[in-house]
Amino acid sequence: MSARKAVKTADSVEARPRPSLGTAILNAPYILWSVLFILIPILLVVFYAFTETVNYYDIRFNAAGESYAYEIAATENGEAITLEQAKEMALKNAGVAQDAAVFTTAVLKNRTGDFTLENFKNVFSAGSLTAMRLSLMYSLGATLISLIIAYPFAYILSRSGAKSQRVQMLLIMLPMWMNMLVRTYSWQQILERNGIINKLIVAMGGEPIIMLGTSGAVILGMVYNYLPYMILPIYTVMTKIDTSLLEAADDLGCNWFQKLYRLILPLSVPGVISGLIMVFVPSISTFYISQKMSNGMIKLVGDLIEAKIKEQWSTGGLNVGAAMSFVLMVVILICTFVMNRFSDKDGGDIVI
Amino acid sequence: MKILSRLVSILVYVFLYAPLAVMIFFSFNAGKSTSVFSGFSLRWYVELFTNDRTIIECLVNSLKLAVASSLIATVIGTVAAIGIYKLKNKYLSGAILTVNNIPMMNPDIVTGVSMMLLFVFTGALLGLSEKVNFTTLLIAHITFNIPYVVLNVLPKLKQSDVRLYEAAQDLGCTPVKAFFKAVMPQISGGIAAGLLMAFTLSFDDFVISYYTSGTDYVTLPVYIYSLVKKTVTPDIYALYSIILVAILALLVVYNAILSRADTKKGN
Repeated sequence: MSARKAVKTADSVEARPRPSLGTAILNAPYILWSVLFILIPILLVVFYAFTETVNYYDIRFNAAGESYAYEIAATENGEAITLEQAKEMALKNAGVAQDAAVFTTAVLKNRTGDFTLENFKNVFSAGSLTAMRLSLMYSLGATLISLIIAYPFAYILSRSGAKSQRVQMLLIMLPMWMNMLVRTYSWQQILERNGIINKLIVAMGGEPIIMLGTSGAVILGMVYNYLPYMILPIYTVMTKIDTSLLEAADDLGCNWFQKLYRLILPLSVPGVISGLIMVFVPSISTFYISQKMSNGMIKLVGDLIEAKIKEQWSTGGLNVGAAMSFVLMVVILICTFVMNRFSDKDGGDIVI
Repeated sequence: MKILSRLVSILVYVFLYAPLAVMIFFSFNAGKSTSVFSGFSLRWYVELFTNDRTIIECLVNSLKLAVASSLIATVIGTVAAIGIYKLKNKYLSGAILTVNNIPMMNPDIVTGVSMMLLFVFTGALLGLSEKVNFTTLLIAHITFNIPYVVLNVLPKLKQSDVRLYEAAQDLGCTPVKAFFKAVMPQISGGIAAGLLMAFTLSFDDFVISYYTSGTDYVTLPVYIYSLVKKTVTPDIYALYSIILVAILALLVVYNAILSRADTKKGN
């Protein structure tokens, strides 16, 4: 009994003034986890982006009681070498006749090679640059359209009754809980040549319009999927705007434009900034939406990364895909940094 | 102005719900198409539970993964949040939170590719033939879930009253017991929110799963993606219509509880 008590006091004496050991134990698991699974993977993206993968045949055989091992490069002067050719070359190198050798190993392997900038040649090729330009244009367009829709909507929502707000929040979140693949697929069916919209147009005596495959369809897909990400942060800052401020503005004779420009707009900047980032980042990197809404005709950066990785997966050389991801990461980093700068500056102004 | 406001709201909701309406409508299609309606039938709902072994299997896979990853992430994330809260070194806690933000700020495709590279790299080092499998998928999901737990729990900790924790210790509780008795009730809302968020993110994730899963464990979104290249039959619509109704019911119940709590507070 007394021993337990002693331990207890010892514990609390140790823990109270500076619980540094306890804090270290609490922090260790997640620090370890995030180094292993967040930081190292990002470093690996950089590593793969700046190195090449060497494919080679590992050929081993026994002949006349001796064993031989050769590594034969899988490409020579840009031409792929087959396994049979590689075997022959190994035999020739060893000076062993074909029928005298018994192969124990003959497989294609790869290892990480030297530093190279070759991968970026592919990233900055004409096709990739077009994809990058389209990605940037479409995602900026989608972000802007989302803002134009979300801003008045969020304002209206923030000024409606408490119960209505709660129900409407539920209505905005609900579609986000449905898988985006299914929702995007559903849009594809709506916009199709024989889809609902064209059926309505034909029923009214018009000609069917081709919508899938246009840039408009891709942007629509982006706006649809990420609009709630714009509405939610703007709505959150709007609810914090004190109604009495708006009333005071009314009393002081502000018209609606002055109220918007001098009061609501500056107060809602932080929400707008996070909305912009939250729509822009997934839009610029999507590959599913562009694939579906353009029937694979419009290729964005995400599509290129996906295609490259699929293509290179079997050979193990994921360097070009990594280089593309690296460039995408840098572009996004710059864009969000710029947007955040705006937020900081204007955020400061509001306080004053 | 009132009418204009109404109109804006209604248009936004029409936009948000159009594809869901189409989904529900065509889930009752008698034919195989998801764009040509050939009559009302419950065929695909029946088919879903009798013939579509793969879909149900993938659904179960997704649910299991979401439960496991969100629970593990909640434990790690909550411990991490407490650790960060207790840290006196502002630079260190700032650094941890910055790294914590990376999976949220990075686009999914970059997160997916980066983790895939890790698994390919270590897989090659260890000489594994299958470099991605259920374990790698689980690790990936836990990794992108933890930040949301941390960001839900940390504000609650900052709002919590430290004096209660100290009082509990003064009254003879061990630090651990004092934590569960005095701090836990104050932060449980944040933990629950983090858990729920982690669960839904994990259940819905496609991009990261696509890069970190192998053929041994296929989740529902990955399966749907593989389907869409061929043809999607209305059974997927039927499944998601059921999920929609289930979520709607949950949200309505949750909402009712919230508003009851509010009126109690009001009284």
